[in-house]
Amino acid sequence: MKNRISWRVATVSSARWETASARTLVLDVPDWPGHLPGQHIDVRLTAEDGYTAQRSYSIASAWTPAPSATGAGSAGAPGTVELTIQRLDDGEVSPYLTDVVEPGDQIELRGPVGGWFVWREKQTAPVLLIAGGSGIVPLMAMIRARGEARGRQPFRLIYSVRTPEDAAYADELRLRVRENPGLDVHFVYTRKAPDGWPTPPKRIDVAAINSHGWPPDFQPDCYVCGPTSFVETAADILVALGHDPKRIRTERFGGA
Amino acid sequence: MEIDGNALAGDLSEVFATDATVAVFTCAGCGHAGAVATLRVWGPAPGAVGRCPSCTDVILRLVRTPSRLILTLTGATRLELPLDA
Repeated sequence: MKNRISWRVATVSSARWETASARTLVLDVPDWPGHLPGQHIDVRLTAEDGYTAQRSYSIASAWTPAPSATGAGSAGAPGTVELTIQRLDDGEVSPYLTDVVEPGDQIELRGPVGGWFVWREKQTAPVLLIAGGSGIVPLMAMIRARGEARGRQPFRLIYSVRTPEDAAYADELRLRVRENPGLDVHFVYTRKAPDGWPTPPKRIDVAAINSHGWPPDFQPDCYVCGPTSFVETAADILVALGHDPKRIRTERFGGA
Repeated sequence: MEIDGNALAGDLSEVFATDATVAVFTCAGCGHAGAVATLRVWGPAPGAVGRCPSCTDVILRLVRTPSRLILTLTGATRLELPLDA
């Protein structure tokens, strides 16, 4: 079987909380072949009775062939992969990965997989990233990859969160806006905005995407990731504003 | 839970030699063409059902048993895979 992507065993080398309910696992993966930002891995858990549950998670880290001495935040070292997992309280797999797994534990994974919702350094167009909640994860991998490669492609991120406390990677994003020229980040707060924020909390809308995205004339590559209803709203707005549907890539995950 | 065809990449990699989520399907029901990654998928379950994002007809079914992987593609008249992914 050529090119067959097989399951392998990774070891959790460290873990950190990004928000109160989202945790990053740093995994050591033997013979990791590298990945593109936006790709996923499948995680498989097997119970003692043989029951298995499998889920697909976006990779949060950028992959660099050699260790980076100057990376802002976490670029990932060769052979390591970072996943940021949002706990779904009624979930079968995520609560285990956020609340039970500890450094030293082993988990079974397959990947990297998926070649559609990815960004490649050779893409020269401006990029618009639109994240709803934990949809930030694959988009963060793209921001990190651009930062590590010192890419010059203009990047804009619109990141919708319920409250400031729900924003993952907030400190790193602030740092990267300063240190990665050509990166802009705009937050949309849907339930509670920070003190002094110019607009009351609201869902993502035409005004937010029109003001903080790129004009359609720039022919940006657009990546939208989040819950289904969010992705549909944002993608519909992009099309209505005149963006080419062929340049809009989406990745959606479950509802509540 | 509703997801999309991106999440099928791992299982499809056990069937196809190249990444099948970038392949373009043509819907047998409405003629819509799009990347497998854009299929609407309901799961996780013992089997994944991928529906056309345009007309919601079933394009593919992917069922995993302990010893077999069964891919049903009756909803697609065509599947076009890039040779150089």
